[in-house]
Amino acid sequence: MEILNFEFSASEAAAKSALVGCVGSGDLEILMEPSSSSVTTIQVITSVDGSEQRWKNLFERIFSESKQCAVNIEIHDFGATPGVVRLRLEQAFEEVQHG
Amino acid sequence: MADIDYLLKKQSFIELDARQRAKSLLDATSQKELLDPFARVMSPWLIKQNIVPQADDGVVVIKGTLEGRPAVVISIEGVFQGGSLGEVGGAKIAGALELAVEDNRNHIPTVAILLLETGGVRLQEANLGLAAIAEIQAAIVALRQYQPVIGVVAGSVGCFGGMSIAAGLCSYLIMTQEGRLGLNGPQVIEQEAGLQEYNAKDRPFIWSICGGEQRFKTGLIDAYIDDNREQIKAQIIEFIQQGSPQRPRCMQAEHYLEKLQHLDTTQQISPAEVQALYQGEKA
Repeated sequence: MEILNFEFSASEAAAKSALVGCVGSGDLEILMEPSSSSVTTIQVITSVDGSEQRWKNLFERIFSESKQCAVNIEIHDFGATPGVVRLRLEQAFEEVQHG
Repeated sequence: MADIDYLLKKQSFIELDARQRAKSLLDATSQKELLDPFARVMSPWLIKQNIVPQADDGVVVIKGTLEGRPAVVISIEGVFQGGSLGEVGGAKIAGALELAVEDNRNHIPTVAILLLETGGVRLQEANLGLAAIAEIQAAIVALRQYQPVIGVVAGSVGCFGGMSIAAGLCSYLIMTQEGRLGLNGPQVIEQEAGLQEYNAKDRPFIWSICGGEQRFKTGLIDAYIDDNREQIKAQIIEFIQQGSPQRPRCMQAEHYLEKLQHLDTTQQISPAEVQALYQGEKA
């Protein structure tokens, strides 16, 4: 198990909180809450050791493509593939903005 | 032939996660989750053992009304750590049941519905989990004096270990074909008794012993129904309206012991023989 922390610059604060996913095999749980600053913080607790570079690449790709709203993200990962992580993040962003 | 139209329109209960299951039962406008994931009351023990925790510790407690009656739905997430109960999850369940008892003492007739999807105590939190399960059992017995406590074992994780005893204490038990109920889980029995005795991978064999259909036919549960949200909800409401049973099953130990005393244990007993043993003529 590893605990990783990341930070990205962001736009305006999100409207609400969202919870998606579950800490089950190949899945992850994301808690997303509005951030009071214009920074998005991410804490990842993952069952997969040595995966920091993979998480970093994934987040950089998401946050460089478009500026997302400012949120605090907590991730409890149980071996989700990057594809699943991305889908869950998009699901959470959709919920905090529109849900 | 299968009713295709029914199958297409049917809304599965098992495919919902723990939170969705609880929400599907209660009246939409009434729901309030107690200690929701953002309260961050998480297991302090899992991280110390290098295991990823879940924000709600795998237990969802929602208070609200069910067709206008005050109710609390307690739902265990079977996908997270096999629905195992540790200190936090166990305390959430025990606390919710104790609140329901307090409600009843204050003339609020709160009923409790337990959606059980659990392997029992979480081994990583052994003693604390066991203590919590004892509290849950005591709270079920206390609440049962006021209102029926209804257990539902819907999904294939089933209900085992200490929580199967908690299930046995419920006023009414509802199962689906997919559900399983037993004291020791199949893998535990296989490990202890050997593959020859009990093959946990042999699904027809396992379900013929502890599956919902067999448990219903032996009279150890009260309803055997389809994996269908509407039907499960309707069955729960029916049991609430019936009120507490005259003689709960767990008060009939002598009846069951008497039957077991006449059992010839030199031969392997078949599922049909178990039905005949417990149900006699009715089987």
